[in-house]
Amino acid sequence: MAEVTGIKEIIKPENLAYKRTRIMTDNVLSYCPGCGHGTTHRILAEVIDEEGLQSEAIGVSPVGCSVLLYHYIDIDWQEAAHGRAPAVATGIKRLLPDKFVFTYQGDGDLAAIGTAETIHTCNRGENILIIFINNGIYGMTGGQMAPTTLPGMRSSTSPYGRDVKVMGNPLKITDIIATLPGTYYVTRQSVHTPANVRKTKKAMLKAARYQKLNKGTCFIEIVSNCPSGWKMTPVQSNKWMEENMLKYYPLGDLKVPPEETVQNANNPEKK
Amino acid sequence: MEKELRLMKGNEAIAEAAIRAGADGYFGYPITPQSEILEYLMEANPSRTTGMVVLQAESEIAAINMVYGGAACGKKVMTSSSSPGISLKQEGITYIAGAELPCLIVNVVRGGPGLGTIQPAQSDYFQATKGGGHGDYHLIVLAPASVQEMADFVDLSFELAFKYRNPVMILSDGAIGQMMEKVWLAPQKERSKTYPEWATTGKPPERERNIITSLDLDPYAQEQFNKKLVAKYNEIREKEVRYEEFQCDDAEYLFVAYGTSARVCQKSVQLARAQGIKAGLLRPITLFPYPSVRIGSLAEKVRIILSVEMSAGQMVEDVMLSVNGKVPVFHFGRMGGIVTTPDEVVDYLKSKIIGG
Amino acid sequence: MAKIRGSIVVNIDRCKGCEVCTVNCPTGTIAMAKEVNHKGYFYAFPANPDLCIGCANCAMVCPDGVITVYKTKI
Repeated sequence: MAEVTGIKEIIKPENLAYKRTRIMTDNVLSYCPGCGHGTTHRILAEVIDEEGLQSEAIGVSPVGCSVLLYHYIDIDWQEAAHGRAPAVATGIKRLLPDKFVFTYQGDGDLAAIGTAETIHTCNRGENILIIFINNGIYGMTGGQMAPTTLPGMRSSTSPYGRDVKVMGNPLKITDIIATLPGTYYVTRQSVHTPANVRKTKKAMLKAARYQKLNKGTCFIEIVSNCPSGWKMTPVQSNKWMEENMLKYYPLGDLKVPPEETVQNANNPEKK
Repeated sequence: MEKELRLMKGNEAIAEAAIRAGADGYFGYPITPQSEILEYLMEANPSRTTGMVVLQAESEIAAINMVYGGAACGKKVMTSSSSPGISLKQEGITYIAGAELPCLIVNVVRGGPGLGTIQPAQSDYFQATKGGGHGDYHLIVLAPASVQEMADFVDLSFELAFKYRNPVMILSDGAIGQMMEKVWLAPQKERSKTYPEWATTGKPPERERNIITSLDLDPYAQEQFNKKLVAKYNEIREKEVRYEEFQCDDAEYLFVAYGTSARVCQKSVQLARAQGIKAGLLRPITLFPYPSVRIGSLAEKVRIILSVEMSAGQMVEDVMLSVNGKVPVFHFGRMGGIVTTPDEVVDYLKSKIIGG
Repeated sequence: MAKIRGSIVVNIDRCKGCEVCTVNCPTGTIAMAKEVNHKGYFYAFPANPDLCIGCANCAMVCPDGVITVYKTKI
């Protein structure tokens, strides 16, 4: 492994402040440079590690850029058909209710082809975590218009910009999800700055704990970038995301559970 | 525990047999003529007795994907539907076949295409036996001809599904699903407490992570996987063929028919023999694997083979492949949800004898 | 008052040169190299190691998890 280091004297085990979690495998991520998927994977892996969930976790990967997610996090995985991850997760959780079950889906997967599965899984209040990556585009197939593509935004299938009169409006599916009684915690986050990474991690930690308490569906949208699909540098894409995506998809909690449940969750007898 | 005698609909028998087979989960969506399966399970509420999960999904698509999730956990799971619903499930079925997951899919066939009719038909034979979804795969397909077999084949299906890590379909029809007959029900089996080693149950530190997927981006690896499937299907062809013969020993005219049509043809054999026509019946019980070898050898002895199916002629193609030109092969059957009568079959046979 | 000093280790083989770390570094420690790694990416490196405060911002936003951070009080 080739590496470059800062001041050598500080590099001692006792000074370690941040290291890639061991739950991430050694496989090189297949994502483009600067893609938020990698950051989100790492946060998820850190939560699984820190909550001691590796032996309980069963993840469901989608169809889309993150289809190979099962190569990157060292837990048991199922790969679902496009849009069907919530149904697959329902099957898992109903039969293995003590496991930590989550899906990881993109906007096309969750908010277009899988809309019915998403809504009904949340409506039944399946006790799972849904992680929803919204970058407003179909990345894997080469940058086509997604259900969440912004008005006027160009893609390979909206080359003159999304005309909402013809192509429909961007779907704020998380807002819909938040209205369903089956959901317990619904939030919209991002991973493009350290502060947002921290917030996303906190949200995932909460969701993991709520699942242990059988609280219902937790839903975390992560507004993310797609430098290749948006045809920008990674840094430009994060800036564009802040200026455009976050206006349409503002960050923050959409449904907050009573806070005391979090405190209760902090003190269960450790297994 | 003793076996229990009950008078039941075919659909109810499947549901009760599933509970007794120790099934872990059922996921379904209502559609005529099989809604009794879901209704029976909801009323029986096995979550209180065996712990079996029963869930009404929002669609057939969701139901089959719930089956995918449960099956990938190594659980005994099943779904049921009728023709239009089975078409919707095809995406999930091909993923299940591609991920090599064991499960049971029940198709209580009704007439098609499209919304078709709610009356019994056998027009889903191609879909059931030739794959149904995309890609090279086969289901193991069992064709019950009685309410008793509706019940018996549930346990058999799970056994075969787990033995070969392959989805199994019970290909029934609206007649067998709806009719009532006496049925001996097997004693209650306990639900399995162990998991196959490939199941996703949460990764303990001592093993590698289990990944259930049907994806391989490397075409060479995918081809190896396809070859593995072919080898599995060939093993199934070799070991799991099931059929039943009725008065075939001296038969000069052979009916080949499954399910409801086989029941009709039993009577047709008797009617024909009363008229001095030596007819016999071969009833395939497995439609995949197909009893090709036996039909091929019977073709050495008979003059004509008549495939009787409630379709435009689907299984007849497999009969022809089995016979390989040795004797003339014909098809007869009603469509659109109409059950063929025994007389019609004999009349058609006679027209072929006289005409031929 | 104790001063916080940090130091980073960048796995340059896995760096994809996205530069997201550089814009999130509050002290200007990390920058992009003028040469490329074996995959052809200009990789990130501690250009001004003395400025590092070990805040881990760079590591936190790194999609590929190539940065390890150490920190100590002096």
